[in-house]
Amino acid sequence: MCLGVPGRVISIHDYTAVVDFWGVRKDVRLDIVDEPVVPGDYILNHVGFAIRRIAPESVAETLELYEMLLRENAGGEDDLMALDVRGEIAGAS
Amino acid sequence: MTNELQFRDPALARSLAATLARLVDEIGRPVAVMHVCGSHEQAIARFGLRSLFPKALDVIMGPGCPVCVTDVPEVDEGVVLARQGVRIVTFGDMLRVPGTVQSLADAQASGANIEVIYSPRQAIEIARETDEEVVLFATGFETTAVATAAVILDNPPKNFSVLSAHKYIPPVMEIVAEMPGSRVEGFLAAGHAAAITGSAVFEPFVERHQVPVVVAGFEPMDILAGLVELLELIRNKTPRVANMFPRCVSAEGNIPAQKQLWRVFKPVGGKWRGIAHVPNGNLRLRDEFAHVDARKRFTIDLPSLWDYAPPALAGQCICGDIMAGIRNPRDCRLFNRECVPENPVGACMVSNEGTCKIWHLYGGVPDLEATA
Ligand code: SF4
Repeated sequence: MCLGVPGRVISIHDYTAVVDFWGVRKDVRLDIVDEPVVPGDYILNHVGFAIRRIAPESVAETLELYEMLLRENAGGEDDLMALDVRGEIAGAS
Repeated sequence: MTNELQFRDPALARSLAATLARLVDEIGRPVAVMHVCGSHEQAIARFGLRSLFPKALDVIMGPGCPVCVTDVPEVDEGVVLARQGVRIVTFGDMLRVPGTVQSLADAQASGANIEVIYSPRQAIEIARETDEEVVLFATGFETTAVATAAVILDNPPKNFSVLSAHKYIPPVMEIVAEMPGSRVEGFLAAGHAAAITGSAVFEPFVERHQVPVVVAGFEPMDILAGLVELLELIRNKTPRVANMFPRCVSAEGNIPAQKQLWRVFKPVGGKWRGIAHVPNGNLRLRDEFAHVDARKRFTIDLPSLWDYAPPALAGQCICGDIMAGIRNPRDCRLFNRECVPENPVGACMVSNEGTCKIWHLYGGVPDLEATA
């Protein structure tokens, strides 16, 4: 998947960050992120790795889209995008 | 199914759609463009975007689903390793992808040890807890390959190795652009993959083929805005790379990630399922990482599988033509009949990023004209 789910960095230890995804906390590796990340920043997660620090000015709109996907869940269990987002959140451990 | 258009800003969506219609009018002939990202197709289907596209605009889904282009012999390698008693860990989408004789799910049903993971890191955790040989059957494009590279560089346990079926997107665009009879006049490139490679990676391609490439995010507005930009470039006959996803993508991309990617992997030629031999399209481990390369570590006895005849129906699968943009799932006689997600004949019906599965789940034909 190339969805890249956003989450907020809670704490960082070495190369591993604890990241909050809508209340689900997961470890995310910082090996390949392109900019320094500090707690409070938002990152895009892809298969357990932060691939990008989200610029502060884009955080709101990025989160809004994912919230809409998760909340509306219009297609129910068949909604692939919502499924992928939930899968990425569940699997980001 | 999603039969309503849902936008955060319907007025903006309508005005972008009107702009698209005007641009196609100005161009004055039917125009075909291609996106190369499963997430783009999902968003187009989920948000009913095709109903907003002008009739004369054909937005084709190209080979943007990594599972769909994982070639049959690559699946076979995983199946043979599993049957040889190695523990295989892989992404869930891979399980049902048909091989020559068996899928990984079939091998699992007959006793092979196969586990589904979400992250290459879980493969490492599994390997740490056992003495058994653990092989990460690694699929996905460059965005996922950098994660595999990172675990390889992070001192993995000795019983861990990688069977790489990773693929690299830019070369396959060359193949599509050079296909005889290709109608594709412009490409929409995947935002998150470009977050790694940078938008500039497409410059040589544009130079060579004189077709524009627009990097776009997967949000409905991103896609519409990306198409508007693409059609403008086509109308103006000014092929260049445009980055419409600057909040995630820069021209140079994520340089530390690229360094790790190319330190571990080298691009080699190989076949993409249903498409063609793609020069430099496969990512394989460099020689210095032979110790974690499952192909070097094990003798993978492929011919042991091939005493069987290939399943008859698979010969009718037209996934390849669909990914090349020549046909669509409606042209496949098996679509929604013999071939459904529970019992897929081709790989495009397996993955959430496969065109056939997306069309199946979003109501067969994601053209919601009636609701426009
Ligand atoms: S419907 Fe099934 S058999 Fe037909 S092209 Fe799609 S994946 Fe292949």
